[in-house]
Amino acid sequence: MAVKSMGQAVAEALGLALEMDANVFLAGEGVGASIHVNPHLPTFGLLERFGPERVRDTPVSEAAIAGLAVGASCMGLKPVVEVMFFPFITLASDMIVNHAAKLRYLSGGLSNFPLTVRVKSGAFSAGCQHSHYLEAWLAHVPGLKVAYPSTPADAKGLLLSAIFDPDPVVVIEEMPLYWSIHAEAPEGDQRVPLGKARIARLGADATLATYGGAVHVALKAAEMLAEEGLSLEVVDLRSLLPLDTATVLASVRRTGRFLALHDATRFCGFGAELVATVAEACHGELKAPPRRVAAPDIPVPFTPPQEAFYKPSAEAVARAVRELVRG
Amino acid sequence: MQRPPLDRAQRLALLTDMLLIRAFEDRVTQLAHEQGRLPGMQITCHGQEAVAAGVVRALTPEDVVVTNHRGHGHLLARGVDPNALMAEIMGRRDGLNRGKSGTLHLADPSRNVLMTSTVVGAAPPLAVGAAFAQRYRGEKAATCVFFGDGAAAEGSVHEAMNLAGVWKLPVLFVCESNCWAGAQAHREHCPIGRIADRAASYGMPGEAVDGNDVEAVHEAALDLLEGRRAGHGPALLECRTYRMHGHGEHDPQHYVDKAELAAWAGRDPIVRYAEVLRRDGLLDAVEPLAVHASGIVDAAVAFADASPYPPPEEALEHVYANPIAREV
Repeated sequence: MAVKSMGQAVAEALGLALEMDANVFLAGEGVGASIHVNPHLPTFGLLERFGPERVRDTPVSEAAIAGLAVGASCMGLKPVVEVMFFPFITLASDMIVNHAAKLRYLSGGLSNFPLTVRVKSGAFSAGCQHSHYLEAWLAHVPGLKVAYPSTPADAKGLLLSAIFDPDPVVVIEEMPLYWSIHAEAPEGDQRVPLGKARIARLGADATLATYGGAVHVALKAAEMLAEEGLSLEVVDLRSLLPLDTATVLASVRRTGRFLALHDATRFCGFGAELVATVAEACHGELKAPPRRVAAPDIPVPFTPPQEAFYKPSAEAVARAVRELVRG
Repeated sequence: MQRPPLDRAQRLALLTDMLLIRAFEDRVTQLAHEQGRLPGMQITCHGQEAVAAGVVRALTPEDVVVTNHRGHGHLLARGVDPNALMAEIMGRRDGLNRGKSGTLHLADPSRNVLMTSTVVGAAPPLAVGAAFAQRYRGEKAATCVFFGDGAAAEGSVHEAMNLAGVWKLPVLFVCESNCWAGAQAHREHCPIGRIADRAASYGMPGEAVDGNDVEAVHEAALDLLEGRRAGHGPALLECRTYRMHGHGEHDPQHYVDKAELAAWAGRDPIVRYAEVLRRDGLLDAVEPLAVHASGIVDAAVAFADASPYPPPEEALEHVYANPIAREV
């Protein structure tokens, strides 16, 4: 194991997949020759290693990029395409939602779509046409799988699982994590299965479920609460679809309290699904009503103090846990 | 391009294909008007059979077909089992896609009919992906995608042609210019009229042919496909034809000029070609061939009628390669 940035871990998974399977190819805007020269970016160096036949720069053309992935996967290739920023997935969404996700079903099981869409998420002072947390849209589509890593090891392991999965998988990578998170990640083909959550921190008083960058906010809140004698269990979901409800529910049954956390807006957000799942399954066992901590229902703002205001803070999480435990 | 003229068997095959497509779809039309026989809407290619037969007969088995909502003809010309096709249209268990598709999303990967998209304009980006796979593996094959003149207004068609052009992918874009997009006439949605002219924007050859002349379509497709398989990049073939029925069988065509419809009926591709073959001494009468096609369709309807609807819970299958366990 060596310490890597999250971006390096993604690049390692992509390089490994390209090495292991000749059917794997990468395509997207700037995945080869990028305007950036940054070794923490996820496709850094891959064009030089694998050449332009396997690492393909496309025109600025999201529908065509996604269509390329659907058509090529149906022919037996394993495309890994990149959508530069999460809001741009709306331009590719017909191909992802109406084609990748549905054509196996519509064919009566005759067709396969083993494709991966990597999409960059997060808030990074670019305003709401470059930042929008749309994971709940994707997780609402039967036929898709949705992974959302928070650590270098998971970014690598989930991506490898996605690339070699027989179904279309959208992997959401928070761009600021590429360089802000450094941690140990295993060497070689070490996969993290889709649909298996991780207990990021054990606790006894309440269970918090989250994913992506919010995991680190939750862990910070848990540190703050520990100083006050409150013990918060943090579940990192890792993938939203399939969702590891078993791990979440087992944790809630131990602690008796639940809250969901995410950087996406609250209304119809993924937290609503989590809270409903917990409420349906554990109603009689809960010591308090389950709660959500999420962004306010506004587009992601640009100016730094407003962007910080948008994202749920460790303080806000700690406050919610205190209320949940102490009533 | 110099090639020997079509022989008798090839020419009769073109006519036979068109007769089967017409017989099949005439039955679909008839069944669509019998309450309860066919669920959903029915969309036919009546009048456009020369495009289906002419283009698909120019493909090799390795070539790939991506089609759209008006695709019965493409599938039948490709040799897809009429029994399975009719059963699918009727939503039956023994249908081509186990009743999941109906008329709109037919796929037969065993015959390289890769997929059908009924999102207007979505088939071309999918075809670009298929053609990329062919080129990536070094196959000497092409992908043929059918779309209408209405679909040509979609941005996705532009994106697909642009990508295929810049990467020189082996795609034959076949535009069936049938004069209608829903209830909107060609001149109302297409400012340049001749869609083949757009090919120049993507660095590919573009050709327009009389889409009701099956041999003209066939020859053009043979020429263009040869170039695609040889690595010359994509091409656009516009087949100018006419949608003789409405958008679907539920469309009474109240917006269509009856004189225009009658004029195009006078250019029916099947009547025209039968006359050509008779004149050339290859055919005494078309009736025996039509009766044969009708027999195939009778058998298909009988097969479909004998197949039950799939059980409701089969609706849960085929969402993923392996079912996702949900534990609550």
